[in-house]
Amino acid sequence: MKKITKDTYVQWFTDMSFWRRFEDKCRSLYLKQKIRGFLHLYNGEEAIPAGLTHAMDMSKDRIITAYRCHILSMAMGVDPKKIMAELFGKVTGTSHGMGGSMHIFSKEHRFYGGHGIVGGQIPLGAGVAFADNYFNRGAVTLTLMGDGAVRQGSLHETFNLAMTWKLPVVFICENNQYAMGTSVERTTNLQDIYKIGLSYDMPSAPVDGMDPVKVAEASYEAIDRARSSKGPTFLEIKTYRYRGHSMSDAEPYRNKDEIEQYKKQDPILKTRDLLLKNQWADESQLSIIEEQAKERVEECVRFAEDSDFPPLEQMYDLVYEQKNYPFWGRI
Amino acid sequence: MSSPVVKEMTFREVIAEAMSEEMRKDPSIYLMGEEVAEYNGAYKASKGMLAEFGDKRVIDTPISELGFSGIGVGSAMNGCRPIIEYMTFNFSLVCIDQIINNAAKMRQMSGGQWNIPIVFRGPTGSAGQLGATHSQAFENWYANCPGLKVVIPSNPYDAKGLLKSAIRDEDPVIFMESEQMYGDKMMIPQEEYTLPIGRADIKKKGKDLTLVSFGKIMKVAMDAAENLSKEGIEIEVIDLKTLRPLDYDTIIDSVKKNNHMVILEEAWPFASIASEISHVVQQRAFDYLDAPIRKINLPDVPAPYAPNLIEAWYPNVKQVINTIKKTLDIIK
Repeated sequence: MKKITKDTYVQWFTDMSFWRRFEDKCRSLYLKQKIRGFLHLYNGEEAIPAGLTHAMDMSKDRIITAYRCHILSMAMGVDPKKIMAELFGKVTGTSHGMGGSMHIFSKEHRFYGGHGIVGGQIPLGAGVAFADNYFNRGAVTLTLMGDGAVRQGSLHETFNLAMTWKLPVVFICENNQYAMGTSVERTTNLQDIYKIGLSYDMPSAPVDGMDPVKVAEASYEAIDRARSSKGPTFLEIKTYRYRGHSMSDAEPYRNKDEIEQYKKQDPILKTRDLLLKNQWADESQLSIIEEQAKERVEECVRFAEDSDFPPLEQMYDLVYEQKNYPFWGRI
Repeated sequence: MSSPVVKEMTFREVIAEAMSEEMRKDPSIYLMGEEVAEYNGAYKASKGMLAEFGDKRVIDTPISELGFSGIGVGSAMNGCRPIIEYMTFNFSLVCIDQIINNAAKMRQMSGGQWNIPIVFRGPTGSAGQLGATHSQAFENWYANCPGLKVVIPSNPYDAKGLLKSAIRDEDPVIFMESEQMYGDKMMIPQEEYTLPIGRADIKKKGKDLTLVSFGKIMKVAMDAAENLSKEGIEIEVIDLKTLRPLDYDTIIDSVKKNNHMVILEEAWPFASIASEISHVVQQRAFDYLDAPIRKINLPDVPAPYAPNLIEAWYPNVKQVINTIKKTLDIIK
């Protein structure tokens, strides 16, 4: 793995500050009804994409995830302006306004979505890895899911197939402890999610998801295993989301103390403290980074505001690769 | 002596031949499913393919339709052109999420970034006394869903040409066969050919009534038409071959000429393909109809097991003849 240096921490602080700011802005834009549909925010989980992208080969590795997808796609290099435009439903969005918040995609950046059906993306991720194996490309696919998705049958069928065929895939559960409003302990007898992998003899481990270094180290080992044809790994990255499941969540299932406890381990705060403690940056430098994050987010909003909504005919144009498909009663 | 231009082949042989011809040309195509490799196919529709292409491209799976369908779709997002076989489409219900939510939606939801060139194929419908869960026809379910194409041939010649087109298609195709057609024989051209998706066929010309059908029950339709021909009643039989997109024009042209229509379909009656065609025909050819359209579907019940009941359940030639005669006002 690349060495984790002062520059890495500065980059992490810069990225994570921007990501947090972006999601906070989405929240306020949702309340202003600029963003509609379902909106799932990533606040608190930022150490995961920071660590994963440090460990990945960013020239060829791939990511697929569920619907909490703005930040993971951004971490893969997708232009945040286009993501914001997608949330607005604008033609300049990542899917030209056809997907919305839950469905960010970028072929160019090897980001395979953005999937709204819980667990539906798990076999897709293994399939993306299947193709890399089929063509001997040496790329690895990181397949992310939440703690709710691990109770879907799709996970179990995919684990079995991926182990049988030794696919170059790393399965990652972002365990933020609540499947919407249902805590892990209420849904299972097996609360250590990583142990699910053990029943398929898949190397599996828990990871501290509040620390980008821990995420990077564990995922690098898993990616390396996948790349050297030794098959999949299952990582349970323990994290926490500060916001509700989605914007409509009044959070009756948890108390404020719990959230405050986790905020003490906040990856951005901890990175900030470390930069100051090691004298790798001073307050004023960090403030500049924070200001720049704010300005970049405003730039995204301006881009989205200034973009057009898609033309009516786009509704038909993107369904089939076939040109002139004879849609029933086309408008 | 020159080699023969046609050769008698079974339905199962042309399925294997169509896949093999395409796989020889394009290394990104693979076949995956239960029993497709070492067993040579549960119905021998992939006989010899493991020997020719090896286990990297002809792939046995555990009984995990959800898992391997999703892997198929994912691999199609990354350069493969999979053929996913179901032992029967009755089993596709456990993976319908992957077909409807992923294969059919990916292109639209990604803003056109990923098309999914995949074929899901296998037998559909009933095949004798198999009980209710093994005797279902979901053609109209799949044909209801934008993003998919649905192809259902009724004979080996059509099956070969259409399957090759389905494999070459850049969009996801549901390709439906029948356990009761795999043994059907036909003379097949030895020269390569394809048939277009989205085009219906007039399998028998006639001037008195238009009979529309598709899939294995086309045999019942043709039998009924031949019988009526002996009585001097000339039925035009249309084989839809593709259900999505549906070739309405061929139907409308025929109805405008014949003024009477019956639709025969192996599926439950509610919201069936027959219901859909009835709607479009009354809309586009209302003034040409001399009698109400009649449709023959399965009874509105799951398939029974007992031999007398399943016989009564499946539409037969006599029922079709009677329905046609009623529509023509020959009998009451």
